[in-house]
Amino acid sequence: MPVLAAREVGFAYRGGPAVLEEVSVAVTAGRSLALVGESGAGKTTLLRLLLGLARPTSGQVLFDGAELAPRDPAFLRAVQPVFQDPYSSLDPRQRVGRIVSEPLRSMGLLAPGSRAAKRAEAAERVAEALDSVGLPADAARRYPHEFSGGQRQRIAIARAIVCRPRVLLADEPVSALDVSTRVRVVELLGTLGASHGLTVVVVSHDLSVVAALCAETAVIEHGRVVEQGRTADVLGSPAHPYTRRLIESVPRLSRAARLR
Amino acid sequence: MTPVLAVEELSVRRADGHELVRGVSFTLGPGERLGLIGESGSGKSLTALAVMGLLPAGMTAGGSVLLGGTQVVGAPGRRLDRVRGRTASVVFQEPLTALDPLMRVGRQIAGPIRRRRGLRGPALRAAVLAALSEVRLPERVARAYPHEISGGQRQRVAIAMALACEPEVLIADEPTTALDVTVQAEVLALLDGLIAGRDMALLFIGHDLAVVAGVADRVVVLKDGSVVESGRTRDIVREPRHPYTRSLVDSAWALEGELDRLAP
Amino acid sequence: MRGRPTFVIGCVLVAVVFVVALGSLIWLPYDPADTSGGRLVPPGGAHLLGTDKLGRDLLTQLMVGARIALTVGVGSVLLGGALGVAGGLLAGFATRWLDDLLSAALDILIAFPTLLLAMLVVAAREASLGSAVLAIGLAMSGIVARLTRVLVKRVLAQDYITAARTSGASWPRVVAEHVLPNIWPTLLVNLALQLGLAVLAEAALSYLGLGPPPPNASWGRLLQEAQATVLTAPTGAIAPGVLLVVLVVGVNLVADGFRDLADPTRRRSR
Repeated sequence: MPVLAAREVGFAYRGGPAVLEEVSVAVTAGRSLALVGESGAGKTTLLRLLLGLARPTSGQVLFDGAELAPRDPAFLRAVQPVFQDPYSSLDPRQRVGRIVSEPLRSMGLLAPGSRAAKRAEAAERVAEALDSVGLPADAARRYPHEFSGGQRQRIAIARAIVCRPRVLLADEPVSALDVSTRVRVVELLGTLGASHGLTVVVVSHDLSVVAALCAETAVIEHGRVVEQGRTADVLGSPAHPYTRRLIESVPRLSRAARLR
Repeated sequence: MTPVLAVEELSVRRADGHELVRGVSFTLGPGERLGLIGESGSGKSLTALAVMGLLPAGMTAGGSVLLGGTQVVGAPGRRLDRVRGRTASVVFQEPLTALDPLMRVGRQIAGPIRRRRGLRGPALRAAVLAALSEVRLPERVARAYPHEISGGQRQRVAIAMALACEPEVLIADEPTTALDVTVQAEVLALLDGLIAGRDMALLFIGHDLAVVAGVADRVVVLKDGSVVESGRTRDIVREPRHPYTRSLVDSAWALEGELDRLAP
Repeated sequence: MRGRPTFVIGCVLVAVVFVVALGSLIWLPYDPADTSGGRLVPPGGAHLLGTDKLGRDLLTQLMVGARIALTVGVGSVLLGGALGVAGGLLAGFATRWLDDLLSAALDILIAFPTLLLAMLVVAAREASLGSAVLAIGLAMSGIVARLTRVLVKRVLAQDYITAARTSGASWPRVVAEHVLPNIWPTLLVNLALQLGLAVLAEAALSYLGLGPPPPNASWGRLLQEAQATVLTAPTGAIAPGVLLVVLVVGVNLVADGFRDLADPTRRRSR
């Protein structure tokens, strides 16, 4: 049974045209999924539906086989987001420790006890999460502006994994980063998948990232899934003309005109 | 052959004296294509702005920038106005902010054509439509406002405006970074064809090695405001000498590797 | 505190006015209504700053005026700030139609002349310190609410709000943890500006006779009364004017300082 699934969902903003039409995707545990498409295709909207931030106008979003309840603690804990812009996703006025521990505090995941005991447990979990994303424990005492874009994205990932979720929904997690940083964050997401039993769902327009990270791929064009399946199949032998065009458009060193 | 653009020991300083770009030198001959590559904070965009004499207030340039024989560094605005447009024009990263949101696209394209070629009335209108068709945009775009057309179309409009000045050098500052992949591929192909057709020189600023390698014959690699390596694109990608360039090239290959494996 | 001379100067300026105002509660050189000193006595001697045209001691009047200025300033900022922040938060979080409705109401409130509002309040109650605070506070609340609304909307659009929501934080918690901490520094600076404006507004109201009635000598009333004799006895106009400037400048410097102290990016940059 898929952890998270959209079943023939449609979505339209009030009075607007349909953003999504009859979209069905499923997130199976251990099989990371890529949602690929261009801006305006509806990828981000689909992600918002999967996060329970919006309700589909038609169809259903299922979590563990039952209709998703956005405030259900089990769901909140199991599915966590990572955003595109590491500058907008961290509150500039909070220390990293407070940012990363927010899910623990909001969901009441800390063992009951005195304030000091809770603070100690939170600090320990934060240090653990920071360590998982390759940041030193003393990062907790600093503020977001003291970190680079790539480090900020690591902090955001630490916040997402601190409550030990099963699924990470990442919206263009590396597109705002420099190339060398991008490689390292993609690697991090890959290793977290293996070491923490996380299934990563990535919205991306960058097929290199998709190829490196995801086992499954769904290609979305104009609010519809035009092709989906194993990434190796979708990218290796694309059936839909749009997918083919997408693959051909990727700028590649191996094909660069000026290198020949 | 006299270069259309000769940059020598260019530096850019903030008002507090902090140097953001230092000792940058390169030349660009007629019809040549040069790429400036670097990550965020490398000073590549500041270099482009300094070349045009368009540095933000409070920043000052040092060294020498000869653009079509005119010294840009320290030149008064009036002298630069003649050089900008005539010798060089720019296409910026974000086409939405580069266009006037309250002016129809046709009028925006007409501006530089009128100034450069002195056309009026029906002749000007015809020239605007010709400029649009050159960047493969339909005539109706002339009557649209910038927000009514897509990002790719806006960038084509910006290119049409830059080319309308018939400059000797086109400076493109991350012109496709804000665009989708398929649109990026179209715009790059378009730019490539238009420049080749006019024998125009190109200064292409970018962070994506694969994109730059697709358009530029030579590259200058910038890091923290300094040139770390420069040379033919082919040599630099195949045999990077500086460790930083090597990490840049390795990263690009690393990201591309999986894709090349699945979809050769 | 080091490297922030303007903040220190601001604190000193505000402290001067505070000390004078508090001092007036325990000790005054003369009774405020005492007119025995003789009219328009020049500064010096028994009357440090001289007397006004009715023979009252000017220093006494200024000290009492400081109390009134602070009461009006702080009172109307508390009232206007509370109403404004509450209204702005409501509008910032509201759905489309409620937001439109509240915004329209705010525009009307802001467009409504403070003077007219003050006249209505005075007509409904009486000319008193309380009426002045009420009128100025109400007028201020519209401006504060509109600013709050914009600030709230800007913060709500940030991804860290979505992150807080997806980690189960309730809206009140989001407001307390993320919205208020991110908007108050800007609000504070604006409220300081409003405090200065409130003191000036009270002076204007008193000037027009809509403020607290005599013998409550507010700085505005002192200015008004000194107007006729400004050429022969300039101290009467200069002294309240200087104090007004001291308070307004002081409060603004203090607010700027607080904002910088609260901002981690500025705090660590030194």
